Amino acid sequence: MGILHSHFSVASFNSLLALSQQEELADLPKDYLLSESEDEGDNDGERKHQKLLEAISSLDGKNRRKLAERSEASLKVSEFNVSSEGSGEKLVLADLLEPVKTSSSLATVKKQLSRVKSKKTVELPLNKEEIERIHREVAFNKTAQVLSKWDPVVLKNRQAEQLVFPLEKEEPAIAPIEHVLSGWKARTPLEQEIFNLLHKNKQPVADPLLTPVEKASLRAMSLEEAKMRRGELQRARALQSYYEAKARREKKIKSKKYHKVVKKGKAKKALKEFEQLRKVNPAAALEELEKIEKARMMERMSLKHQNSGKWAKSKAIMAKYDLEARQAMQEQLSKNKELTQKLQVASESEEEEGGTEDVEELLVPDVVNEVQMNADGPNPWMLRSCTSDTKEAATQEDPEQLPELEAHGVSESEGEERPVAEEEILLREFEERRSLRKISELSQDAEPAGSQETKDSGSQEVLSELRVLSQKLKENHQSRKQKASSEGTIPQVQREEPAPEEEEPLLLQRPERVQTLEELEELGKEECFQNKELPRPVLEGQQSERTPNNRPDAPKEKKKKEQMIDLQNLLTTQSPSVKSLAVPTVEELEDEEERNHRQMIKEAFAGDDVIRDFLKEKREAVEASKPKDVDLTLPGWGEAPGSPPSFLIKAPEGPPRKDKNLPNVIINEKRNIHAAAHQVRVLPYPFTHHWQFERTIQTPIGSTWNTQRAFQKLTTPKVVTKPGHIINPIKAEDVGYRSSSRSDLSVIQRNPKRITTRHKKQLKKCSVD
Amino acid sequence: PPGPTRGLLCPRRVNSSTEGARTGHSHYVTPAESAMEGSDCTAKEPPLANVCRQNYGAAQDPVEPAVPRSASHVTGSSLGKAEVACGRRWRKTAGNIKCELLRRIILISVPRNYDPALHPFEVPREYVRALNATKLERVFAKPFLASLDGHRDGVNCLAKHPKNLATVLSGACDGEVRIWNLTQRNCIRTIQAHEGFVRGICTRFCGTSFFTVGDDKTVKQWKMDGPGYGDEEEPLHTILGKTVYTGIDHHWKEAVFATCGQQVDIWDEQRTNPICSMTWGFDSISSVKFNPIETFLLGSCASDRNIVLYDMRQATPLKKVILGMRTNTICWNPMEAFIFTAANEDYNLYTFDMRALDTPVMVHMDHVSAVLDVDYSPTGKEFVSASFDKSIRIFPVDKSRSREVYHTKRMQHVICVKWTSDSKYIMCGSDEMNIRLWKANASEKLGVLTSREKAAKDYNQKLKEKFQHYPHIKRIARHRHLPKSIYSQIQEQRIMKEARRRKEVNRIKHSKPGSVPIVSEKKKHVVAVVK
Repeated sequence: MGILHSHFSVASFNSLLALSQQEELADLPKDYLLSESEDEGDNDGERKHQKLLEAISSLDGKNRRKLAERSEASLKVSEFNVSSEGSGEKLVLADLLEPVKTSSSLATVKKQLSRVKSKKTVELPLNKEEIERIHREVAFNKTAQVLSKWDPVVLKNRQAEQLVFPLEKEEPAIAPIEHVLSGWKARTPLEQEIFNLLHKNKQPVADPLLTPVEKASLRAMSLEEAKMRRGELQRARALQSYYEAKARREKKIKSKKYHKVVKKGKAKKALKEFEQLRKVNPAAALEELEKIEKARMMERMSLKHQNSGKWAKSKAIMAKYDLEARQAMQEQLSKNKELTQKLQVASESEEEEGGTEDVEELLVPDVVNEVQMNADGPNPWMLRSCTSDTKEAATQEDPEQLPELEAHGVSESEGEERPVAEEEILLREFEERRSLRKISELSQDAEPAGSQETKDSGSQEVLSELRVLSQKLKENHQSRKQKASSEGTIPQVQREEPAPEEEEPLLLQRPERVQTLEELEELGKEECFQNKELPRPVLEGQQSERTPNNRPDAPKEKKKKEQMIDLQNLLTTQSPSVKSLAVPTVEELEDEEERNHRQMIKEAFAGDDVIRDFLKEKREAVEASKPKDVDLTLPGWGEAPGSPPSFLIKAPEGPPRKDKNLPNVIINEKRNIHAAAHQVRVLPYPFTHHWQFERTIQTPIGSTWNTQRAFQKLTTPKVVTKPGHIINPIKAEDVGYRSSSRSDLSVIQRNPKRITTRHKKQLKKCSVD
Repeated sequence: PPGPTRGLLCPRRVNSSTEGARTGHSHYVTPAESAMEGSDCTAKEPPLANVCRQNYGAAQDPVEPAVPRSASHVTGSSLGKAEVACGRRWRKTAGNIKCELLRRIILISVPRNYDPALHPFEVPREYVRALNATKLERVFAKPFLASLDGHRDGVNCLAKHPKNLATVLSGACDGEVRIWNLTQRNCIRTIQAHEGFVRGICTRFCGTSFFTVGDDKTVKQWKMDGPGYGDEEEPLHTILGKTVYTGIDHHWKEAVFATCGQQVDIWDEQRTNPICSMTWGFDSISSVKFNPIETFLLGSCASDRNIVLYDMRQATPLKKVILGMRTNTICWNPMEAFIFTAANEDYNLYTFDMRALDTPVMVHMDHVSAVLDVDYSPTGKEFVSASFDKSIRIFPVDKSRSREVYHTKRMQHVICVKWTSDSKYIMCGSDEMNIRLWKANASEKLGVLTSREKAAKDYNQKLKEKFQHYPHIKRIARHRHLPKSIYSQIQEQRIMKEARRRKEVNRIKHSKPGSVPIVSEKKKHVVAVVK
């Protein structure tokens, strides 16, 4: 009850008209004191009016709801809107809703308000240009998509060997034979006779022109079906033929390695399948296992792959002298072993191995056995390499020494032949290197052979030779062994010590196998050095000059290291020997510059042997430029008995090459200026390499050099058009696409500018962009 | 029995057309065949010489008994004997067709040994043949066929009849439309269609009627057949527009046509109002063309240097590309749906892939004045362009230089050009009121060819192709006589171009690396692509 009320009550108190209501009077005592200083003048009319209203309202009988009176708590009350400035907070809808909560009568308003709250504001529509742009973009993407279906067709047509226009096939307008026949009658006696015969045999004469059998057959299978079936059959036949061809091809392959690989693959596959079988179906797997076992038993029972056969015996005899025979025997034996080996348990297999080896030793002649033992285990590959190496080494030994001597001979003479000598020396160095590696291998292999001297009392010459060699090598080798056993010590020191004899052969073999190629090489070089020491004093002298910390107590070692580096970088660095030969003393002045330059080149082309390549190239060029003998022999000529005329015309010795004395230059003397005017200078566009172009030119296309069919194929024009035929633009139906059923017109006439939901999505995306 | 020389004279491989002979020798492969089998001959190294030698070793072997194995082996010295024997037999069994055929085959077939070792000069011989073929091509290059005169003003537009090769329509600058018969080389009908220019003419896809637009703001549809005797020439329909129409094209399948002027309008033939108008900016559009494959697509070119593509179904423009200068007209490739070529004022033609407008697929440059019209060969492999420089040129689609240029002394600025629908002829209409008919291949023989002629033609064509890179052959094949004006223009433009190039090179050389971008020739002419 606020101020207004009190006003009213005071006024009523003052007035003489005692028209009072009960409620009002009840309020009186409360507000009495408050309202003394009210102006009365204008209150009077107002009051009257109020009274009147009251009276009217009471008249209408129903209990009308009283208007709630309220007082403003805000400091500033605006008549336009509600603000919350006084509290310093923002007015939120929730604040307004709070008082509503209590009264249930305002539920609808509340609902409406909450709905308003949940809705978001609508953004401003895009301007017209923007919308059009988006429309265009969407439409363009759509069209591009439609067009992209033509890509394969276009590509195909562009690459086609031949295009025949018009594209659409015109149906030949040939009337069926029935139609032709219907308007025709037999007139001549012969025709009449024929028709009589036909009638007698109940052959159809007129319209369908088919016998009942033919009709039945026609009904049995439609043309399409028949075509399909034929196609299938053709396919099957083709596949079969491919398969056959493949099998034949594979069968023809002579490579043992290939077959081995295939066999291995098969075995692996079988094993895998077996594994799978074991998992899936143990019973079947067991059966399979039994089969394998049985096969093994059969193998053991039989004398196959053993040394009792005719072939094996002959080989056994041959084996003494022939390495290959020995090898073959070894292979057979290993196969036997493989076949008779049991599949399972490790411990058993060991025993068995021992057993089989025993058997082997009984069966196989000593020589074979011995080599096998050396190679440790029944690995035929190891074995072969070993034996072949020994053989090679025997032959290689001497030539290895020779070039060295030769090189020195040349170096001493060093006259006009210098460039040649240089080149030769370079190449010889390579030779050496290769031979070194061979020797190292040899030494490795030969060493165990030597250790088992006791066994091979009756060995052949090869082995004896080997032994001689191995004896030489032995010293080194022992030291290396030592190195392996005691890691970190310098081999040089070890070499002086006598090798301990107690080491077992097994241990001896172990470190050898671990060794890397470099180690082997090193060994070889050591060995080589010993051999070379005598004929190479000049070289060493130079090296010693070049090495600043050249201690007298360990000259050998240093040298060795130098040599190693030298050999490895031989291609890029100018090796000292070469330098001494090739570079005259005048060049010493520019030495510094030169060296820098060389260094740079060396770094740039590390790993490339540029010099060698160039030398090789030049040699080839020289070879190619030499005039060749002309052979005029024609097939069939000069084959008659009697003195055959010689068709070979010897080429005269040409003038000396211009670059004969220029080691670093190749001068092409072949180019003919007169011919060049007729030659193609630049490789034409589609070709990527000159030999492609040359080959196309060299392949004749005329009928003089080709069969008729090949000629026709080669000369098919790219585009064929028929005169007098209209060529229509390509259609979707022509290339097997489905053209749209709706016409363009109908599409426009429907609604052209409607935006689908998808468009809207794209539109949104575009607007984000 | 024949001696050892027989091995030479009677090779075991016989060039006969019987199937049996061919299968009997299937082991032998000529170099050409092998080249064809390994279609990418780059992969394999040809051991051909060896193969052949092996195969022919037997033939050279004198010890080998040379007894003919089959009919196809009966050759050389034994040929005569066989013939005689056959002849005797025929008298006995007359009408033995098989024998007769066999005899003919034997007589016709020329025994030939294809061993490459026996043909050491195949490349030089083919080179000479190629050279001769190229020379003969130039000798026989007489492309001009006929000139159709009758118009009383410059020919402004041409149209082909879609169903009849012999009928051609032309519109002139005085509003006259003429229909020509090419076989008779005369005018069969004359219509005074418009007042002022006939701006555009197009035929309906069925060939029963044609449409013209003129400077009098009207679109008129005419019947292809003339009116009956005594009837007046009257159009079927006339549509009076508000603005001038500058071009017209008909849809390839439906009763819809498009006009251009201030905007592109799509009309239904049955209505007098366009069913849809599409605009993009405000400028006069000079030409509009329907895509012949995807028929709802249109391309137009306007005076503000742009080419706009439209989609009729979605009734919206798609994309716009702005070139350096104004495009006069465009033409769609009839075999490749997304390729079109634009004839530009800057003397060049641009072939675009409409999906990637920012770079033309190819810039064709050879004209020395504005290119006014372009039309594709119906095979889609070449197109012809008409230029203000009084010549027409034929360009392969994938080459930037023309393969042919046609001109005559009397031919003035060529305004319109069309390639006939059998791809054999070219028509061009020019300023000096004539329509000229040209062969599309200048040295082609007209008329029916015998099979031997055809084979020779194909072979010569292949030879020319094979040796086209050789300098002498190239020089002869490229040689064309040009009028002095064009020739001097070419020289002048070459100098200008070189100067421009040099300047650019210098600018690049003397500025900070990367600051002057290197723009490719293709990109240089495209100003912008507007989405």
